[in-house]
Amino acid sequence: MGKTLSQKIWSDHLVRSGSGLPDLLYIDLHLIHEVTSPQAFDGLRMNGRRVRRPDLTVATEDHNVPTENIDQPIADEISLKQIETLRNNTAEFGITNYPMGDPHQGIVHVIGPELGLTQPGMTVVCGDSHTSTHGAFGALAFGIGTSEVEHVLATQTLPQPVQETMSITINGELPEGSTAKDVVLAILNEVGTGGGIGAIAEFRGSVVESLSMEGRMTLCNMSIEFGAKAGLIAPDEVTFEYLKGLENCPEGENWDEAVAYWKTLFTDQDATFDREVVLDGAAISPQVTWGTNPGQVIPVSGYVPNPQDYADPAEREAAERALDYMGLQAGSEMRSISVDTVFIGSCTNSRIEDLRSAAAVAEGRSVASGVRTLVVPGSRVVKEQAEAEGLDKIFIESGFDWREPGCSMCLAMNPDKLTVGERCASTSNRNFEGRQGRGGRTHLVSPRVAAATAIAGHFATPEDLS
Amino acid sequence: MKPVSIIEGTAVPLDRSDVDTDQIIPSDWLKRVERTGFEKGLFSEWRDDKDFVLNNDVYLGANILLAGPNFGTGSSREHAVWAIQQAGFDAVISPRFGPIFKNNSTKNGLVPVEIETTIAEELMRQVQIDPNLYFVIDIAKRTLEIAQIGLVVDFPLESSIQDRFLKGLDDIGITLEHTEAIETFEKQRNSWLQRQ
Repeated sequence: MGKTLSQKIWSDHLVRSGSGLPDLLYIDLHLIHEVTSPQAFDGLRMNGRRVRRPDLTVATEDHNVPTENIDQPIADEISLKQIETLRNNTAEFGITNYPMGDPHQGIVHVIGPELGLTQPGMTVVCGDSHTSTHGAFGALAFGIGTSEVEHVLATQTLPQPVQETMSITINGELPEGSTAKDVVLAILNEVGTGGGIGAIAEFRGSVVESLSMEGRMTLCNMSIEFGAKAGLIAPDEVTFEYLKGLENCPEGENWDEAVAYWKTLFTDQDATFDREVVLDGAAISPQVTWGTNPGQVIPVSGYVPNPQDYADPAEREAAERALDYMGLQAGSEMRSISVDTVFIGSCTNSRIEDLRSAAAVAEGRSVASGVRTLVVPGSRVVKEQAEAEGLDKIFIESGFDWREPGCSMCLAMNPDKLTVGERCASTSNRNFEGRQGRGGRTHLVSPRVAAATAIAGHFATPEDLS
Repeated sequence: MKPVSIIEGTAVPLDRSDVDTDQIIPSDWLKRVERTGFEKGLFSEWRDDKDFVLNNDVYLGANILLAGPNFGTGSSREHAVWAIQQAGFDAVISPRFGPIFKNNSTKNGLVPVEIETTIAEELMRQVQIDPNLYFVIDIAKRTLEIAQIGLVVDFPLESSIQDRFLKGLDDIGITLEHTEAIETFEKQRNSWLQRQ
């Protein structure tokens, strides 16, 4: 019987297996950042261990860095200490770090791909759940905890139990105006927050093939939101085209050899999946979350659900609690709900294509009065590219706030936060209670819906704007 | 990690589904570079509510957290596990765990006990009625037993993880025994991946 894409990558990285222990996988790329690494380095020091492959380890500062006034010292002393700890640790162990202000700095899942560090067939890990993003390149990429960060630093391997396989096929063609973000929100609506637990998901079908690398990254990014160990897409010409000429990608004969190998990375025709999900792309309209987990999704054209319509008592109770927290009435039209803030950014939607699509909506229009906005590019490279294209001017002229790169309001670790009751249309990945600031109310949307919502002052698609 | 074979005590019923790691420990706490001192951050956004179950004195001293399905979804922050342990819990019971949280638990000796939804719901009801129900979690037998209500259920625990719990083994130590295999693997990696 044939193998799936993830099974091929898995077996190509087996250091050892059997005798009652989980498989030991070799890790090709270990990305680290300031938040989940300090205790791992402490562990190394405590046990007198070294970093086995500093050359396969790359660091950046993203989670807690401010997105304005970055020429000044970080005001928050605890954040400053965490950044300094990363700088000291990477210096001590000989690891490359891209610090705040550096031309290569940015959100770890934005810079890995743009530097060509992420390549097809690799195993990629990082102490961050959205590491699944790198699966867009046909890499097996997943988030790990701090104990595992320490394990990879010390051994460049990870023990892993074998996972189930899951295929998520999106057939047909997306309607005009629907994006990769809408696709992944539609998947979440279908399978829920637990639908992928215990499995590695492969995204397939004509809709996936037609996506750009940016779109594929958005799709894979949110695999963890339905609980999948990883999400990945078979590499193709779109992938190779994106990678060719990038700083850390192979060149010359090495490139040819690499591409020949990458072309073997697909699911064999006679391979089978443990779980299969099929969606019709044509039925996916722009989506928005209404609740407090990313599985609580409706179309932007829809109405807030009524908890009484849920047969399952647990779901009903969760819906009631979500509506209460979100300050919403069952049956309200989403388009009638006004927002206080719009956040365009995060490892889900802060790449150049995301900024272009938001800017296209913003151009020649103005942000509704009283709406606070933040546009936070995923990296300095993205920021400079956007500025070269004049996108910054479009945003600024429309009344959007143009910021420095980082994770920003996605997780409220830096000064960019929601206040109690503040409602936000956000291109990030999690609408959990308090995720963007204590008491804040998050609705997940695509960049173009976020931009249209900023202009309308309430949830809207660009097509709704006059 | 310390060896753990039996966990016994009472439980707190956290009757909510989808308790993500942002709820377990809000991101403000993640700026700290230490590994201890997270107990005050545990569910800190819910602790202000006097009706929150962890503020209920009848559950004081409980060392088992009984939660709804999809516990520990979301962010990979291991701080969530540290906070739960440092607040005095030795095990979490749920019908389904977020995968990274579950993995992190097993690295720190916090026992994730996965039981069927219907049994979990019934247990939730029972503990709300009788906070003194005495839970016995046996790692060697992979069972959860509550004698007062005649309940004995099995729970899954991969044998290698069970072994690590029982012996208190360090994962890195186990892997370093395979250094030769790692070196052999490194020599045969694809040429374009060599960086050094």
